[in-house]
Amino acid sequence: MHFGTTEEQDLLQATLRRFTSEALPPDRRRALFEAGPQLDRSLWREAADIGLAGLMIPEAYGGAGLTLLDQALAGEVLGESACPGPWLAHALVGLALSLGGSEAQRARWLPALASGECIGGVAFGESGDRWEAADWRVAVESGRVTGTKCHAHAGDETGLFLVGLAGGRVGLVEADATGLRRRPIEGHDRSRALCDLELERTPIELLDARPGLGEPLLDAARVLLAADAFGAAWQMIRASVDYANTREQFDTKIAQFQAVKHQLADMAMAAEPMRGLIWYAAWAFDHRPAERAREAVTAKAHVTDGAVRIGRAAVALHGGIGFTWDCDVHLFLKRAMFDRTWLGSPTAHRARLACLAAY
Amino acid sequence: MELEFGPEYDRFREEVLAFLAETPRDVDRRSFLKAATERGYVYRSIPRRFGGSEQPFDPIRESIVAECFDASPFSWRLGPQSTGMLVPTLLEAGSDWQRERFIPPTLLGDFVWCQGYSEPGAGSDLAALRSTARLEGDEWVIDGQKIWTSDADHAGFMFGMFRTEPGADKHAGISYLLLEMDQPGIEVRPLRQITGATHFFEVFFDGARTKADWIVGRRGEGWRVARANLKYERNLGGGPRLRQRFAAVLELARTMRIGDRPASEDSVIRQRLAEIEGHVRCAETMTLRQLSAAARGEDDRVVLPMLVNKLYGTEVGEQIAQLGFDLIGADGLRAPERSTWDAVSTSARDTDWVDQYLFELASGIAAGSSNIQRNVIGERGLGLPRDLRAARARTPA
Ligand SMILES: Cc1cc2nc3c(=O)[nH]c(=O)nc-3n(C[C@H](O)[C@H](O)[C@H](O)COP(=O)(O)OP(=O)(O)OC[C@H]3O[C@@H](n4cnc5c(N)ncnc54)[C@H](O)[C@@H]3O)c2cc1C
Repeated sequence: MHFGTTEEQDLLQATLRRFTSEALPPDRRRALFEAGPQLDRSLWREAADIGLAGLMIPEAYGGAGLTLLDQALAGEVLGESACPGPWLAHALVGLALSLGGSEAQRARWLPALASGECIGGVAFGESGDRWEAADWRVAVESGRVTGTKCHAHAGDETGLFLVGLAGGRVGLVEADATGLRRRPIEGHDRSRALCDLELERTPIELLDARPGLGEPLLDAARVLLAADAFGAAWQMIRASVDYANTREQFDTKIAQFQAVKHQLADMAMAAEPMRGLIWYAAWAFDHRPAERAREAVTAKAHVTDGAVRIGRAAVALHGGIGFTWDCDVHLFLKRAMFDRTWLGSPTAHRARLACLAAY
Repeated sequence: MELEFGPEYDRFREEVLAFLAETPRDVDRRSFLKAATERGYVYRSIPRRFGGSEQPFDPIRESIVAECFDASPFSWRLGPQSTGMLVPTLLEAGSDWQRERFIPPTLLGDFVWCQGYSEPGAGSDLAALRSTARLEGDEWVIDGQKIWTSDADHAGFMFGMFRTEPGADKHAGISYLLLEMDQPGIEVRPLRQITGATHFFEVFFDGARTKADWIVGRRGEGWRVARANLKYERNLGGGPRLRQRFAAVLELARTMRIGDRPASEDSVIRQRLAEIEGHVRCAETMTLRQLSAAARGEDDRVVLPMLVNKLYGTEVGEQIAQLGFDLIGADGLRAPERSTWDAVSTSARDTDWVDQYLFELASGIAAGSSNIQRNVIGERGLGLPRDLRAARARTPA
């Protein structure tokens, strides 16, 4: 029995941490945030070169053949560095093809996704906060799709869209397909792009090798959002600890005030127990299909909700500077706010848990 | 990541379950513990000559036994003061005769101990204690008062801390003594707890006596001795206990009605249940992390979980108790059932939610209050500076 990370997984995180600290020092991170969600090609390229674009893609197609747990551990580092780019969406497109693509479909797209040459985007939501696969209405007729998908995690650079369809199915639409229009949304988390996607008689490739793929893909996305928020939350705790150890008021470091210490302790107490929750949910995706959905919705609701609370406490601990655009805490807070909102609120996810657990 | 224990442990679990199935239902706790020790199921880290079963270190076997025993109809757990505190302390700091004399009967429940630490003026700041013991011939003579002493009415013995070195520093003047409770110099007075029950007491010493060699460690080492058992105290967190409590509150939600439907169908109640279940899953997986780390000798990977265990259990337990209290509606106006007053104070009862709602308050007070827990998390977990006062009061180790 081993409930913990392996040496390889520790190495994966260490490698990514080294990468993000070198490639994404605070001033570059701020500059990229400022520039908005247009992808910084050089950062994407550098990250793809160390394998980040194809972690879960089978080795036969140029990926690393890793599991959702590995992707979640990587996602934690992306969250703690507020790494810009549609990494989460890209990983899901690869996962969708790996799980539900025909041999021909995999051969056609997976190698370019693994190398990062083709960038994936995800269009699950529909208007009225409809995120659940069972609520998707956009439908396919004779190989073409018509309708609007809302709040797609995709930007100008996206080459391949994973689209959620009526009946909980999913399909792929290429960015240059006819009838496809994207309307960018200006989000507060400028590290990740959003757009509405209008489709009119747009050719689509259905991923049907595994039926009802929408649900498991949503679950995978939920786990990755939780992992991202968890990374962001710990980064905000570390930043707050550092600040409390530096900032002086009343002739002493504010960390010396017990109220401050206790606020920080409460933040750590809220965050640390989430680690195993995320690990388990990610592991269940690959190993305990019967538990997959329940664990994923629990992790998404609990972690993203808690991470935003931690973030709000972090801002408070920074005082006036925390309320400014210049203090990096807001990058991570907005990251967590994205993770909390995208795919539906904690309330919606808890309602779903209540059904899945048959309360 | 590997969550199966493997065939060896599956066989072990079968064996434990078979043992439980063979055990007669009406067995008393003493015989049960005796048989379980002979089979190597309990007291695994305690040498045979002190009444233990002396098994190789294996936290997974330990957790399988605890899980199976807890689910059985047999009562097997002894008071935490006896097996959780006194025994480890003697193993670490006691002399051989003390171990031989006190540990075996304690393990079977023949010797019951109470913990004489807290005093009216010494709670979180325990080293401020003032009860004294002075050596007269071959006996210690004890004066002073202890308070909040659980089980003092039926414990045959007390282990406690007393000031023996007048004029010494705060922490240096304390000794760790063992004593018999049934003697003329000791008066035990009940304290009625917030639930109405009486589980803790005041203990007054007026020339009470104990033998000179009933001291654990040397004179003035009491503070260090009292901390010796910490290294044995492998608290893996409250996952299983919280899951049990959550199951009870969920069952309650299914039983109670809001309007003409079960409360468990009410959307607000469902939200609260789901929010709590998120915490319970956190606690369970945190326990799993610590079990895994213990089995693999990787305690350094779970430092923060070990530090947050208690406070997290307190906070989640509070949420569960609060929901239970809300679910019973106007029954929340009633006094707790008198029958539960006599129940063992540490058991997780689910029959009386008023009692539980009140009892849950103990968790944030006893065994290191929540504020003290926050200090420890902040200082040892996050590396924040010590409190100014505490830093000044601390004497060099
Ligand atoms: C059910 C129960 C059973 C018990 N059984 C026993 C027993 O068997 N034997 C025994 O010896 N004792 C026992 N105790 C006593 C227990 O250990 C003490 O109550 C505990 O140590 C707190 O001490 P106190 O009650 O004096 O509170 P205090 O220490 O006076 O604390 C009062 C408040 O001040 C806060 N506080 C204190 N110091 C600090 C600080 N440095 N920073 C921030 N806040 C602080 C506390 O958090 C608390 O909120 C028991 C208590 C309970 C509730």
